[in-house]
Amino acid sequence: MMTRRLFGLAAAGLLALGLAAPGTPAAANGKFILVQSTTSTQNSGLFDHILPIFTDKTGIEVRVVAVGTGQAIKNAANGDGDVLFVHARPAEEKFVAEGHGVARFDVMYNDFVIVGPPADPAGIKGMTDVTAALGRIAEAEAPFASRGDDSGTNKAELRLWKAAGIDVSEASGGWYRETGSGMGATLNAGTAMGAYIMTDRATWIAFGNKGDYAIAVEGDERLFNQYGIILVNPEKHASVKADLGQQFVDWVLSEEGQAAIAGFEVNGQQLFFPNAGG
Amino acid sequence: MRDAACHVAPSGAVGAAPAPVLAAARGLAFEAGGRRLVDGIDLEIREGRRTVIMGANGAGKSLLLRLLHGLIRPSAGTVLWQGRPLDRAARRAQAMVFQRPVMLRRSVRANLRFALAVRGLSGPERAERERAALASARLEELARRPARVLSGGEQQRLAVARALACEPELLLLDEPTASLDPASTMAIEEQLAEAHARGVTLVLVTHDLGQARRIGDDLVFLHAGRVAEQGDAARVLEAPRSEAARAWLSGRIYLGPPPLRPV
Amino acid sequence: MDGFFGILGEAVALILAWDADLIEIIGLSLRVTLTAVGIACLIGLPLGALVGTFRFPGRTAVTVLLNALMGLPPVVVGLIVYLMLSASGPLGVLGLLYTPTAMIVAQTILVTPIVAALTRQVVEDLNREYAEQFASLGVGPLDRVAALLWDARYSLLTVALAGFGRAVAEVGAVFIVGGNINHVTRVMTTTIALETSKGNLQLALALGVVLLGLAVAVNALAMTLRVSAQRAAYA
Repeated sequence: MMTRRLFGLAAAGLLALGLAAPGTPAAANGKFILVQSTTSTQNSGLFDHILPIFTDKTGIEVRVVAVGTGQAIKNAANGDGDVLFVHARPAEEKFVAEGHGVARFDVMYNDFVIVGPPADPAGIKGMTDVTAALGRIAEAEAPFASRGDDSGTNKAELRLWKAAGIDVSEASGGWYRETGSGMGATLNAGTAMGAYIMTDRATWIAFGNKGDYAIAVEGDERLFNQYGIILVNPEKHASVKADLGQQFVDWVLSEEGQAAIAGFEVNGQQLFFPNAGG
Repeated sequence: MRDAACHVAPSGAVGAAPAPVLAAARGLAFEAGGRRLVDGIDLEIREGRRTVIMGANGAGKSLLLRLLHGLIRPSAGTVLWQGRPLDRAARRAQAMVFQRPVMLRRSVRANLRFALAVRGLSGPERAERERAALASARLEELARRPARVLSGGEQQRLAVARALACEPELLLLDEPTASLDPASTMAIEEQLAEAHARGVTLVLVTHDLGQARRIGDDLVFLHAGRVAEQGDAARVLEAPRSEAARAWLSGRIYLGPPPLRPV
Repeated sequence: MDGFFGILGEAVALILAWDADLIEIIGLSLRVTLTAVGIACLIGLPLGALVGTFRFPGRTAVTVLLNALMGLPPVVVGLIVYLMLSASGPLGVLGLLYTPTAMIVAQTILVTPIVAALTRQVVEDLNREYAEQFASLGVGPLDRVAALLWDARYSLLTVALAGFGRAVAEVGAVFIVGGNINHVTRVMTTTIALETSKGNLQLALALGVVLLGLAVAVNALAMTLRVSAQRAAYA
């Protein structure tokens, strides 16, 4: 009798604990939008800096799903998101052309850098010509860690190899190593294996596990990394909160939003350079 | 007194009319693994009597009990309950105690309550039967203990009390005291005597000759799945007529016919 | 070993600081996982008990299936739930994607086969012991299942804890269907993955120690209740 009661009490207690545990603090008025974006914007802390400003002003909570650009675009194409905020211009234009997005706008850019180990086996430290540097890495067959995940960074990297006239698919598994994971995971893996890695500067500056790695190649215009913002097309996906999403797009492109982006710094360095309406 | 004409009752009371047949086996057979383990058994259990089943290991005693109780289906033949085929209602008039008592992982009292609840009892009547069962098993002090921490003897006392609490007309017992010490054995026999006094019919499988003498009215001796001999218990134990019973009672291994027949 | 103690120290510091964000994340982890385990038990315990108690055609196939489903990769479960709940999926209209409810659904799918398969094993073993006695008493099918579940309660508590362990440590499914949205669907495991990807390995490991502590706490609580329930039975 006693046993049964105690045991039932225990089960009920555990379940109640589960249900009563602090849940989701809903936005004050319940208004929120969902933004499909990339790990680089999330991990650098940019969103933590700019989103509270927007929410204070409009009362709209912004929920960010941060995944690779490729996955973000696919999620948005399924209608799972109100706004797409990524960095892979050709894929973004295709997204709009297929009718998934209303229109694409430039928001800001940052740049990619190639980081490497202090030993610098390919001898590329200080170079500013990115394709020449990639040529030397290939020639030296020095290890290079690639995202290999169809993300914006991965796409940009592959474009640069192509420009350098190198077919990395032949070296895949050899000195060219595809981690198939996000920027952070690739940095963790690449630094551990002494490989060169191409990363966006924002992620690199904010990255906490640099070890003795340093930037080897930077400053080439071809390393610029343009971010775009797109409202997901409500005519294609009825669940899209077009009005709230449009408010966010408008704000990001406004003077106030652009200033907020420019004001975001890590270790005293500005990471993103607004260029909307440019 | 149906059936009396065609049956010579193995009654101890000379001259008295035999008690009515409660349960009967007719041409009962059971096969498993290509062997006939119970073969053509005819048997009658008379109301209010105490029937002892004996025989060597593998003679089919436990199988016969399970067949009578309806726990397994016969390959051939029938089990009759008051002249009619054994059904669900008839099985509710029976109870069985196993060699190793099956104790639910609950308190002593909850073990009794479970069996009574299955019979649809609740409220004051169930409480009264619980109390009476605890008293007859002399387990009042241990009522709230988990049944499985009791000693072997206490567990078997509880198992017998649980079976009797359901107020069966027929109680089947499969070597209930085989692994118990003499004191525990006596306690079980007292419970059985009490039940017998209340009119419960008993069928007991045992290897214990003393127990067979103390308890048995009738005795059925099985050999190799068949009835080798049956009759008044005292008579069979004193002057067995079958070679199988004679050999077993004198401690010899009897290998004579009939052998186990392949199906 | 210096690193290990550093991480341990950081974990303790994290807890002592009682940071509001961390509390929220721990709370959501518990809420999602305990709810999922609760639902999984409501489904898996009777299901496993039925398969473990009764013979029916296809029983072996069901057993094999349940055992195989125990090894479901969380990412696959995540993808399936994502495709169901996506705005362009069949259940998109419910608007559950990227909510704690979606995470509960995914973890429930992940844990139910574990609870059912282990319950089947436990109940089948117990039924082997009880079957004749139950048949003798004339226990009906439903009473039989209920009695077996009740009598196996202590083993089944371990079964539920196995499910809890699997769910609370899982990251693949909740990441896909929850989206790791700050203050909405961020739980311990997705936070650990996020901090790892930021290269904050110390913090990630410290969070891992906190998660381990959480699992230890839940197990200890369950075992304490078990022991006190057993002791109450002796009183």
